[in-house]
Amino acid sequence: MSALVTHSLVKRFGGVLATDHVSLTVEPGELHAIIGPNGAGKSTLIGQLAGEIACDEGSVHVLGTDVTHMPTHKRAQLGLARTYQVTQLAKEFTALDNVLLAVNARSAHNFRFWGNAHNDATAMKKAATALATVGLSHLHHAEVGMLAHGEQRQLEIAMALATEPKLLLLDEPLAGMSQGESSAIITLLKSLKGRYPMLLVEHDMDAVFALADRVSVLVYGRIIATDTPGRIRENTEVRAAYLGDEV
Amino acid sequence: MSEMKPTKLWPIAIQWSAPRTVTAVVIIALLGVLPVIAGALESSYYVSFATRILIYALAAIGLNFILGFGGMVSLGHAMYVMLGAYAVAIPASHGVTSGFAHVALAVAVCIPLAAGLGAVALRTSGIAFIMITLAFAQMLFFGAVSLKDYGGDDGLTVAARSTLGGLDGFGLNLANNATLYYVAFVTVLVALYLSWRAVLSPFGLVLRATKSNARRATALGHPIFRYQLTAYVASAVVCAIAGVLLANLTLFASPAYGAWTLSGELIVIVILGGLGTVFGPVVGAIILLALEEALPMLIEATLPDYKSNWMLLLGLFIFFVALFLKRGVFGSLKR
Repeated sequence: MSALVTHSLVKRFGGVLATDHVSLTVEPGELHAIIGPNGAGKSTLIGQLAGEIACDEGSVHVLGTDVTHMPTHKRAQLGLARTYQVTQLAKEFTALDNVLLAVNARSAHNFRFWGNAHNDATAMKKAATALATVGLSHLHHAEVGMLAHGEQRQLEIAMALATEPKLLLLDEPLAGMSQGESSAIITLLKSLKGRYPMLLVEHDMDAVFALADRVSVLVYGRIIATDTPGRIRENTEVRAAYLGDEV
Repeated sequence: MSEMKPTKLWPIAIQWSAPRTVTAVVIIALLGVLPVIAGALESSYYVSFATRILIYALAAIGLNFILGFGGMVSLGHAMYVMLGAYAVAIPASHGVTSGFAHVALAVAVCIPLAAGLGAVALRTSGIAFIMITLAFAQMLFFGAVSLKDYGGDDGLTVAARSTLGGLDGFGLNLANNATLYYVAFVTVLVALYLSWRAVLSPFGLVLRATKSNARRATALGHPIFRYQLTAYVASAVVCAIAGVLLANLTLFASPAYGAWTLSGELIVIVILGGLGTVFGPVVGAIILLALEEALPMLIEATLPDYKSNWMLLLGLFIFFVALFLKRGVFGSLKR
């Protein structure tokens, strides 16, 4: 069963077709990358998949379940996790509390008013593991607003992982990162590859061609090609529309 | 699935030497012995005044739960105080004097009302949330004004304080000012303790996250509406109980208790004390009410011609707190 299937997805903003009949799939264990110029509608598409933006037409299936009209939090409960292009963290919380919040999102018994959230040993262990996975173990008690940009990006990924996802949507995880920081993230994504089906939206072509099993090219809301990284590189239409002389 | 350690009395290890802890302990201790001191000075006025402070603190603790921890700016919480006051005055006018009945009525009316209003208001956030809570409070305000059988806009006097059934036998008689004071005092302590526990609980973690980043909390899979609505209702119930105490203190219920200015005053108390600190509302209530009491006297003693301008000084004080103590008076202390 495919992890993600969209069928002819449409989103209009006024007269603009931000998502123009997009059909794509993410297969189990696959890393499917979406590239495209600025304003191609990548973030809109992610928003539609996560449920933050309503779909005008078409359908979205996650692990065989029709989620087209499902609210965001229910999609997340199905196992769909996302990261944001612009970090969305609880800035006043510690790094650990951010991840704990993510762990608790999977708990069926989170509606509790009495015990201290920090005394939940199982949840705390899971949170610590997620922080360790992205290499932030040393920053458990750091207030998130004080973290470096790169560390906040790593925390984004840790939170997504802490929800024990069955499908990861990564919206430009390398955005605004230094060379050193992005190579750390690329190594991390490589280590996660195969363990989770992933849909990766990214600008960094080197990263995309190094990581992806398949690449879709999105231009003006429309997918103009979906293929292996090698063939996308050779595709003349793609070159004309987007890659230009970057490749 | 997840294991919790056995519940301890204190949800976290207390830093007894931290300025916040010391301040809170000293204030609680002083409040605890206040009637004794006032009794020695034979000044019953100050017991009533301190009771009023405690009642405002209680309402502010309720509001702080959603404002300070959930980021919901309700400009209508005085309506629940008013509701609590009428839950004493109306039954009392029909001869029902039991305090337990008054509290039960206040809570029984408050929960469905707050759940309904909250469910509507929580469809929105930010300015729209403020306007909707204000609009509902105004509707209730004019609803109370139209209660001609119960005094209309003149309000309704209460013949006597609520009775406590069998507890009267144990010397618990609210007609005694000190007893009413201690009932308010214990209620404040219970509200502080419960809100402290709730804030640190798994529920509280999500509630605080909705204030910090609701979008992320939702994307992680938390049904945040359920958390926000529960917090809103709980906060309204605390205010309604404050209203029951207020009607007992003043022996009066009036639409004025639900005026939007009082809702605003509660917000000022919460912010003055320290938004998102458990004990801040108590500090805020003490400061605001003490200033409202002391400033007119001070001005009368020094500049009698400007007696009516004492609000100017209060405004200046709030201005400087907002400017220099961004986290409020209590919130600026080290934890």
